[in-house]
Amino acid sequence: MSDTVLSCEDLVKRFGGITATDHVSLRIPRGARHALIGPNGAGKTTLINLLTGVLAPTQGRIQLLGEDISHLPPHQRVHRGLVRTFQINQLFEGLTPLQTLAMTVSQHLGQGGQWWQALGKSDAVIQRCEQLLAQFHLTEVMNQANHELAYGKRRLLEMAIALACEPRVLLLDEPVAGVPAGEREELLQTVAALPADVSVVLIEHDMDLVFKFAHSMTVLVQGAVLTEGTPEDIAADPRVREVYLGHGDSHG
Amino acid sequence: MSAAQRLRTMGQLRLWEVAVWILLLALPLLLPTHALLISEITIIALFAMSLDLILGYAGIVSLGHAAFFGMGAYNAALFAKHLNPDPLTGLVVAMAFSGVLGAVCSLGVLRGSDLTRIMVTLGVALLLQELANKLDGLTGGADGLQGVVMGPVFGHFEFDLFGQTAAWYALGITLLVFVMLRRLVHSPLGYSLQAIRDNRLRALAIGIPVHARLVVIYTLSAALAGLAGGLQAQTTGFASLDVFGFDRSADVLLMLVIGGTGWLWGGLIGAVVFKTLHSVISAWTPQYWTFWLGLFLVLLMMVGRERLLRPWGWGRKS
Repeated sequence: MSDTVLSCEDLVKRFGGITATDHVSLRIPRGARHALIGPNGAGKTTLINLLTGVLAPTQGRIQLLGEDISHLPPHQRVHRGLVRTFQINQLFEGLTPLQTLAMTVSQHLGQGGQWWQALGKSDAVIQRCEQLLAQFHLTEVMNQANHELAYGKRRLLEMAIALACEPRVLLLDEPVAGVPAGEREELLQTVAALPADVSVVLIEHDMDLVFKFAHSMTVLVQGAVLTEGTPEDIAADPRVREVYLGHGDSHG
Repeated sequence: MSAAQRLRTMGQLRLWEVAVWILLLALPLLLPTHALLISEITIIALFAMSLDLILGYAGIVSLGHAAFFGMGAYNAALFAKHLNPDPLTGLVVAMAFSGVLGAVCSLGVLRGSDLTRIMVTLGVALLLQELANKLDGLTGGADGLQGVVMGPVFGHFEFDLFGQTAAWYALGITLLVFVMLRRLVHSPLGYSLQAIRDNRLRALAIGIPVHARLVVIYTLSAALAGLAGGLQAQTTGFASLDVFGFDRSADVLLMLVIGGTGWLWGGLIGAVVFKTLHSVISAWTPQYWTFWLGLFLVLLMMVGRERLLRPWGWGRKS
């Protein structure tokens, strides 16, 4: 209990008559490798939006590191260590990877409001940037505009931005979605190399990746939790096979 | 080049920028008969620079930036006429009033689409223009506020009839603002504005307090527009209703589009090109100059600035 980093209780989100999130409770322990799976339309992205504060819940509570964050605006949740990546790349197209990371790191180090010092004046920012660029294989493209990067590199930058915020809990929304097979390995390595004490919640359609990565899983169906357990339990669960694995469109 | 070197050199002032500024500061000496025109263009350039800050960097469109220009102009004129003729104190007052107005208006442009913002900014400018017209006891109404006599700059340099002092005064203030903004746009704050412009959702998701940043930059932009307005009132000794005019808001937007947004030089280049086009074309065909301006704008937008400025590449496919 005390080792729970992120949790939500009885979370509900209704859009008009549709219940997108239906009384969901989750508990993510420190250092977790948790996967959130479910067919299209199961409400995975809505749940992420509720946790990160992009959407306000109709009902229910969210706790991060023992504090209630249900009503905090999104940027303050980030400062407390709850960071996400996006299924569709959300990059700053006019900047370069170096500028993006330097800006994000400055922001994280509390220098984001500084206007007199040039970006990258501080050694701490420079060191962290160099480290992130190397870790995410972005060093050789660091001065190209983000919109000119190859798709795989854009995907890596997407994740590097999240890591630059030094998350305690990282929500990965389909990190390898749309990445061609040749560029996949680079991305999978970086996912595997995430720091052990960071709790990671992975939303993914690719079952190979899910079963390789996750130590625990939650299955969402129509906004509600169908079942939870270890990958072995989930794989053996006939209900999961029926609603999800059996449909054959697991790459949708 | 390593990341560290690259970061350290990214925001440095280039040699050509220093050279251009030296040339600009020498202009009142080189072209003494054009001193009045020089200060006029400089003030417009400063005004355009203030718009670039919100449009080019933070991505906020505005069709009513003259609201802040006009606020500064009237306040500088009134302050000089009734309270204190010292020019620099007057500029501080002009900036303060426009800044406060900007802070209030910023709440109206935080949310909503570009169309909402255009309408809100346009509305505020129209509102103020009518207010200045109505309060004729204070502002002189449609006749304008006349009889503004300025004291000497730094208590030493009197404004002269040929506009020599005015030109240096305007150039000096504009250079000061340029240097300050140069630093600002290359700071973490400046880059966070570009992040907000490019992707507001992601900016929030990396912990940028988007609303607070927009309020700050909008207020600063308004204060600088007020500074430009104040300069104009002080150097011409006059403030009239057209300082709030829709034409002024639209023209400054055109200049910025001509000079390019998001690099600070756009305002200066745009102001020079716009004014040059104006005087050249209207000398040739006084009644129809807006026709040619319109044609130029359509070409600029359709062909693109890069291609238009490189005629030798016109035959080639891009």
